[in-house]
Parts: sequence; structure tokens; C-alpha cells
Amino acid sequence: MFWTVTLSLLQGMGITVKLFCLTLLFALPLGLLISFGSMSRLAALRYPIKAIIWAIRGTPLMLQLIVVYYGPGLLFGWDLLPRFMAALVAFVINYACYFSEIYRGGIESIPVGQQEAGKVLGMTKPQIFFKVTLLQVIKRIVPPMGNEIITLVKDTSLARIIGVYEIIWSGQAYTKSAGIIWPLFYTGVFYLIFNGALTILFGRIERKLSYFR
Amino acid sequence: MPVLEVRKLQKNFGELEVLTDIDFSLDKGETIAIIGSSGSGKTTLLRCLNFLEHPDGGSISVNGKVIFDALDPVTKTESEIRKKRLHFGLVFQNFNLFPQYTVLQNVCLASELLAKELPGYRQNKKTVLADIENAARENLNQMGLLEKLHCYPHQLSGGQQQRVAIARALALHPDILCFDEPTSALDPELTGEVLRVIRGLAEKKTTMIIVTHEMAFARDVADRVIFMDGGVIVEQGSPEQVLANPREERTRQFLSRYSNE
Repeated sequence: MFWTVTLSLLQGMGITVKLFCLTLLFALPLGLLISFGSMSRLAALRYPIKAIIWAIRGTPLMLQLIVVYYGPGLLFGWDLLPRFMAALVAFVINYACYFSEIYRGGIESIPVGQQEAGKVLGMTKPQIFFKVTLLQVIKRIVPPMGNEIITLVKDTSLARIIGVYEIIWSGQAYTKSAGIIWPLFYTGVFYLIFNGALTILFGRIERKLSYFR
Repeated sequence: MPVLEVRKLQKNFGELEVLTDIDFSLDKGETIAIIGSSGSGKTTLLRCLNFLEHPDGGSISVNGKVIFDALDPVTKTESEIRKKRLHFGLVFQNFNLFPQYTVLQNVCLASELLAKELPGYRQNKKTVLADIENAARENLNQMGLLEKLHCYPHQLSGGQQQRVAIARALALHPDILCFDEPTSALDPELTGEVLRVIRGLAEKKTTMIIVTHEMAFARDVADRVIFMDGGVIVEQGSPEQVLANPREERTRQFLSRYSNE
């Protein structure tokens, strides 16, 4: 029984990890774009972006999942998105907004003198961003990013609400079919191991970047 | 022909006029010290010359060529300005070294990026980069920093950091090297080593503009002193004249405040 449960939880974990990785893959760069938008000198760009961030951070992720899954059908009569796809879209939008605020905090914490030093040395704006600012920003955002990414691992469990067969769903299936609850508790071990690995990884990155201040 | 000619330069921050009708010129090999109390506009003037601020009026010419004219929009586009900045070097009050790069990398970085834009860079990449590095080593050697090549900025004292910043500014061979209160962020015992380096540059006839609060240093090193107050040049002339026998009442008041401190 233990092995059967472990195997089916591993299957659920596969979906969890897939959702986690794909969310990061899209939300990390999208968050950077959003952060540039929220810092833009153009008010016509800055304010709508800030409004979107406000709306996304101000409502529960669970609600956003439901809106992404059912909303287009109810509003426009479109076909439902595949469940996993809908979950991914909701997660990417939600996390990109949170990431964008972390990026913004990191970018704005770099002294303006760094940019000015780049400018007087004849560097272009992209050169200043990639050669001067970026690594300093990364160093500063590693701790808050680590926090957010660990939260993402656990938030993937919310995808169950629109019927994505992630690990919590797999565990709960046993409560319904076999009347046992320990598989649900057992899922916690999988989360712990995964987050343990991430904690070690972020510790490594922090140490790797500790050579400068 | 003067290296630098500034005519009727004007700068406003909103309603506030921070520079009014700034006129001065600078000859090759000459060192000018700009003195004045804080808020007098001297730092803003340096920042305008380096295009960190955009002047609202007047013109700037380098080697007889107008590089900025408030009336000519072509001289104000970002790509034009980037090239023109290279006529000037700027050493900041708080160094602004790049913390993630070693001393040597700090000095080489800008030259390497500029070299990439030159034709034939790919074919000669190795020799070009080797030349840049050798020049940087020689440059840092003159600053007395040969042992620190592979240190990171946070491992250096303030005086050492400022000398790296000077080497970094010199690496691009600017026509005019500007200093914005280069010793104001340093502990008193560290100012000497930086002033010595600047003095050495003056002896080698480097063209320089130095904004400073070190009156004794201005007197010894500068060929000419400019006193600014309230966004205008009140008085300019030889150090003996401006610092020892000022003509203007405002200059006298400023200097007496300094000798009292």
C-alpha cells in the first residue's frame, strides 16, 4: 500500500513540479517587463500597470484561478482552457506581479551613482543595465525571491480548485476512494524535500554572490 | 584656442535658477579650481559639462567645436550626447566604483565596451583586449595600486577607491578631467594620498576642473580659481588674486568663513 501511495503521489508531484517550473520560466522574465512598466516615465503606461499589480496582489490567487478557468467561457462563450493551461496562466500572471515588485525594489535600491558612473564612461543604457546594474540587483533580490519561490511551491496546491491533478489532489483521492487520510499528510514530506532542496540552492547563490558588497 | 569654452550656460530646476550665464574657458594643460559654498551651483556646473544634467541655455564647445547648444536640438539627442561625454571624465565625490568588478576590471570595462564598437574588433580581439589591460595596469601603477589589481572595491580604503576612480576616468583619455569634491567623502588622514595624485596630474599638465573645499590645495595646484555663489561666477582669476586679494565682497565673506573654521 505504501508503495502504491508513494508512486501515485510521485505522479501528482510531477504535475506540481511541472506547474512550478513553467510558472518560473514565464513569470521571471514577464515580471521584469512589468517592473520596467511600473517604473516607466510614461504615466500612460505606469498607471495601468500599477492598477494591474494592485488588482492581482489584492485578490486571492484561488479566485484568480477560478476567473481564468471559467471567466472566458462565461463572458465570451469561449471553450474552457485545458485545466493545467488555465492554472499556468493564472500562476504566471499572479507571480509575475509579485516578482515585478521585488525587481522594482532591487533596481531602485541601486544608488543612482552607479548609473551615472556608467554614463560618464560612455556606456549605453543597455550596457549599464547588463554590465553594471543587473548583478547588483540579483544579489539584492535573492533573499526575497527565495521566499517568494518557496511560497510558489506551496501555492501550486491551489490548482486543485480547478481540478488539476497535482499532489494534494492525488493524496486526497485516497481519502475518498479508500477512506484513509495518511496519504494526504504524507504529501507534506514531498513539499518539505522539494523546499529543502530550494533552500540549499538559494543559500548557494547567496554565498556565490557574497564576494562583493 | 581653448580646450573648453562655456558660454551663457544656464540651468533651472523647475522654477529655481541654479546656474545663470556661466562663462568661462579652459586652456590645454590648465587646472581650474571651482570654490563656493554648498548650493552655489558648482556641482551642477560639473554635472552639466558631463551631461548628467541637461543645460537649459547656452553652449559648450570643446576644441573649437560646439558640442552642446541649447538652441540646436540636434546636439541634445541621447546618442550624440553619449559620444560627447567622452570629451569629459568625471571623478565623483563618493567614487561610484562598480562593486562586482575588481580594480583592474573597473578600469578596463568602459574601454572594452567601446572597443567592441570599432571596426575589426573581432579579428583583433585578443590584441585589443591585451592592450587595454596593459594600459590599465600602467595607469594603476601610476596611482600606486599595482598590488590591488585583483581586489574588490569593498576591500580598499576610501583613498584607494578614489584613486581607482581616477584611474578609471583617465583610462578613456578625456580632454578634460573633472573632479566633484574628490576628498569630501574621505577621512581626513586619507585626503592626502588623493590630493597627491591630483597634484601629480597637474604637474603632467592634465587639463582639469576641480570642485573643492580644500582651499590650500586649490591655491597650490590650480592655475586659476573660480568662485561661485548663487549660481553665478562671482570672481575668477589666479589663485593669488582670488584667494589672497579678492575683489568682491561675497568672495571675502566666503573665505573668511573658511579661515575661521
